[in-house]
Amino acid sequence: MNQQRSHLAWANTLTPNQQNKLRTLLEQGLPLVSQPYLALATAIDADETHVLKQIEIWQQQGLIKRFGLVVKHRQLGYQANAMVVWDIDDQTVDDIAAKLAKFPEVSLCYRRPRQLPQWPYNLFCMIHGKYREQVLAQIEKITQTLQLHSVNKAVLFSNKAFKQQGARYQRGGN
Amino acid sequence: MTSTYSNIALDDNDKKIINALQHGLPVCEQPFLALAQQLEISEQEILARLESLLEQKVLSRFGPMFDAACFGGAFTLAALQVPEQHFDKVTEIVNSFTQVAHNYKRDHRYNMWFVIATESQQEIEHVIQKIEEKTGLEVLNAPKLKEFYVGLYLPA
Repeated sequence: MNQQRSHLAWANTLTPNQQNKLRTLLEQGLPLVSQPYLALATAIDADETHVLKQIEIWQQQGLIKRFGLVVKHRQLGYQANAMVVWDIDDQTVDDIAAKLAKFPEVSLCYRRPRQLPQWPYNLFCMIHGKYREQVLAQIEKITQTLQLHSVNKAVLFSNKAFKQQGARYQRGGN
Repeated sequence: MTSTYSNIALDDNDKKIINALQHGLPVCEQPFLALAQQLEISEQEILARLESLLEQKVLSRFGPMFDAACFGGAFTLAALQVPEQHFDKVTEIVNSFTQVAHNYKRDHRYNMWFVIATESQQEIEHVIQKIEEKTGLEVLNAPKLKEFYVGLYLPA
């Protein structure tokens, strides 16, 4: 997402209490009105410009990862998903991961520790497709593009979700 | 190929809106107006359709995605190798923990994968220990070391 504002030198203008309230409200989603930030500002008794500024600060700090929507993959016809795990050399894993994450079908990409001997993989990604063959084709494309044929990997398709939500913290992917 | 598996019929404008918003929404005073101009769909219609898509649960959420770990929570991805004949029983045990979310069965030796989300690192260790005690299985603990920002885009 593009935004040109860069006057971050400003002091934080929301009180900690207002910040907490704003975060709680935003976690429920952006209000579906013409001026959503004005609506949020009114709700926490603050100025719209200060709300916009706060959000910008959170984006810069990485607290807000992105702004947009969460699609229900399955509702859009993306019924298949695989967790693909790779055992990539420690020297190159970050570089490869950054490239891998850019493929549009990849929804998560994390480096995690190997647990030898039972678990040799150090890079995890989630790949979505409309059906299994599409996911496999995508994995093949990624493997070719990033020249990962010699890399040991495993493809774990999910059969069924047994518990989609329920923890106290539900965001953050994993 | 068409999305024959899709449960909901989306028309072209729904698809345009979903696809555009996967790339984000500008943070400004009238973000939907900015989107309206880009898509040549009126602001009111965009708002009405978003509401309807949320209601139909095509979209689960709309707004900023917070990195929950930044607010002090602790998370890990965990896995178990569950003997097939005990799968239901183990599922029940694991899901009984309020700290467990997103439990998936996957086709691998490690066939049960779930997220543990707690308020502290210490509590993660505690939950893992409890799961191991109750299931008699060893938990594979795979905490995130580094996250790579994705450019997810699944066209509707």
